[in-house]
Amino acid sequence: MNNVFVYCEIEGTKVAEVSQELLTKGRKLANQLGVSLEAICAGYNIKGKVESQVLPFGVDKLHLFDAEGLFPYTSKPHTSILVNLFKQEKPQICLMGATVIGRDLGPRVSSALTSGLTADCTALEIGPHDDKKAGVHYDNLLYQIRPAFGGNIVATIVNPEHRPQMATVRSGVMKMEVLDPNYKGEVIVHDVAKFVPDTDYVVKVIERHVEAAKNNLKGAPIIVAGGYGVGSREGFGLLYDLAKELHAEVGASRAAVDAGFCEHDMQIGQTGVTVRPKVYIACGISGAIQHIAGMKESGIIISVNSDPNAPINTIADYVITGTVEEVLPKMIKYYKANSK
Amino acid sequence: MILKIVVLAKQVPDTRNVGKDAMTPEGTVNRSALPAIFNPEDLNALEQALRLKDLNPGSTVTMLTMGPPRAADIIREGLFRGADNGYLLTDRAFAGADTLATSYALATAIKKIGQPDIIIGGRQAIDGDTAQVGPQVAEKLGLTQITYAEEILKCENGRITVRRHIDGGVETVEGPLPIVITVNGSAAPCRPRNAKLVMKYKKALVPLEMPAEGLPYAEEYKNKPYLTLNQWSTADIDADLQQCGLSGSPTKVKSVENIVFQAKESKTLTASDQDIDNLMKELLANHTIG
Ligand SMILES: Cc1cc2nc3c(=O)[nH]c(=O)nc-3n(C[C@H](O)[C@H](O)[C@H](O)COP(=O)(O)OP(=O)(O)OC[C@H]3O[C@@H](n4cnc5c(N)ncnc54)[C@H](O)[C@@H]3O)c2cc1C
Ligand SMILES: Nc1ncnc2c1ncn2[C@@H]1O[C@H](COP(=O)(O)O)[C@@H](O)[C@H]1O
Repeated sequence: MNNVFVYCEIEGTKVAEVSQELLTKGRKLANQLGVSLEAICAGYNIKGKVESQVLPFGVDKLHLFDAEGLFPYTSKPHTSILVNLFKQEKPQICLMGATVIGRDLGPRVSSALTSGLTADCTALEIGPHDDKKAGVHYDNLLYQIRPAFGGNIVATIVNPEHRPQMATVRSGVMKMEVLDPNYKGEVIVHDVAKFVPDTDYVVKVIERHVEAAKNNLKGAPIIVAGGYGVGSREGFGLLYDLAKELHAEVGASRAAVDAGFCEHDMQIGQTGVTVRPKVYIACGISGAIQHIAGMKESGIIISVNSDPNAPINTIADYVITGTVEEVLPKMIKYYKANSK
Repeated sequence: MILKIVVLAKQVPDTRNVGKDAMTPEGTVNRSALPAIFNPEDLNALEQALRLKDLNPGSTVTMLTMGPPRAADIIREGLFRGADNGYLLTDRAFAGADTLATSYALATAIKKIGQPDIIIGGRQAIDGDTAQVGPQVAEKLGLTQITYAEEILKCENGRITVRRHIDGGVETVEGPLPIVITVNGSAAPCRPRNAKLVMKYKKALVPLEMPAEGLPYAEEYKNKPYLTLNQWSTADIDADLQQCGLSGSPTKVKSVENIVFQAKESKTLTASDQDIDNLMKELLANHTIG
């Protein structure tokens, strides 16, 4: 009762990184509230395979649902699992990834339980709230903090009266940290038929292609990112050259993606991936709020921009005023010269 | 087969083109500085609906939107592109709705219209970016859903086949009618307005848009009933006021802040060989790189 729950997304038998990031966050929230952390895994042939990917994050109780038909994911069976489990367990908080699955499932569950749901949160905190109009004070509500209005403002959302307080969070936004590789959590294997009526299995997945991510932006210690100022697909060649020297990954702004200079999955920012590398080299990126939202946690930011007043320069540690064409070859040259 | 299709479409402020004057000095949004547009992904949804209608003669496409009176633009825009009719839900009691209250209102209106075979909307609206209303409407109507649709491949014998976007790939799924579908921006763009339809419907209005002193062409509205668009209040759809608008919204906005990034102390360099050489030496020396 009253615990923090995380819905874990599973591809085959692999628990998604975003879910592990949320387990890490969920553990912290549970500690603050003095409650337990519980996780839900639903899939097929996952028993014995997912526990070790979940419990080390400090999960006190893992609810396991293993049945044919639970993978690949379809909306209704997973909704029934959460709705029926939550009716019994009455969690105070439920977190899930702001992924295609989380954004398909979360709203259905919140509608069935008439609990609120806040999408794409970038921060989650616990705090008090005063409803001035009703004159009611609340302790320990979940502050669901998210960009709003195209990323131009940040809003803090609360659901004072309804439980669970539900939120989705994008991948990469929260840090992932194993609490204890041998953390002792209880595993409960549920009888799926008690939760999911046969009539729920109505959508059939006929064909499915999933490719592993082609880049490793999320885990890269150094990122060379290009924006519209790079000018062309060929221009991105320079970024790849520098990245090769530095053992870095190449990322991009949305303007560069939209212009076709590079692949969509390279986009960094509010509607792309969130990254926190040690070094972020922004090449020809102006620094729109939506881009900064996805990289501001970087350790050291280096901006290469022909405009000395580009907004990104205000958050950069090193501002190089110059063009990408001129600066990048020099960076490669002097990196080689000095690293020997 | 003859299909009854309802398209959910929303009028939204164009947050993609937020200019300098879009934010007030107090950090709130200056809505009037932003043009109101047809939510982009709802146009993708409309196109999928119109294609189904083309393939299944006799089918109807009904626009449904909730918003202030000027949101009647959405219905007109739909009619210009090939929709058959539309409903505007407008009432002060609908105002301040979060996604749950919005989906309650839309689902209640859909029941009133009469169960369609397909309810199709955009994946998400660009003012909120939540992608919640579609699945919540589905849940409220007890229907299943297919989200992130890129193309409807087939619709026959009461079943629909859809190609949809998933994380890192695509999948093809098949589900039973009636169903709710939400369409991704990567789906086909919407066809343009049809000149004949624009001529036919350009004067179409909801009652709230009609001037109190009467219309200049009152006679024409009498002869052409399709020029008066359907407008429904909470009472018209027998809505439970507790579930509408602000009171039906479990989520409350606690605070809103303008984004201010902490400006850093930065070192400025030129593109000269000297500067870049020094930078690389410094970064290597303190093990930032290498
Ligand atoms: C809802 C919403 C979500 C969004 N999500 C994202 C997101 O996730 N990620 C994202 O990146 N954007 C996002 N955007 C878009 C964002 O607002 C900006 O439009 C985008 O980030 C701008 O990309 P840019 O900096 O590459 O291009 P620009 O703003 O055009 O900047 C180009 C920069 O390059 C410089 N330049 C030009 N030529 C050269 C040269 N030869 N050498 C060096 N510098 C040069 C210019 O001085 C300028 O600073 C989003 C927008 C909205 C509304
Ligand atoms: N007020 C509304 N009127 C009609 N359709 C809406 C409304 N709000 C949301 N929708 C539909 O639900 C989709 C998702 O909206 P949202 O959950 O706000 O991102 C939109 O693309 C529309 O198809």
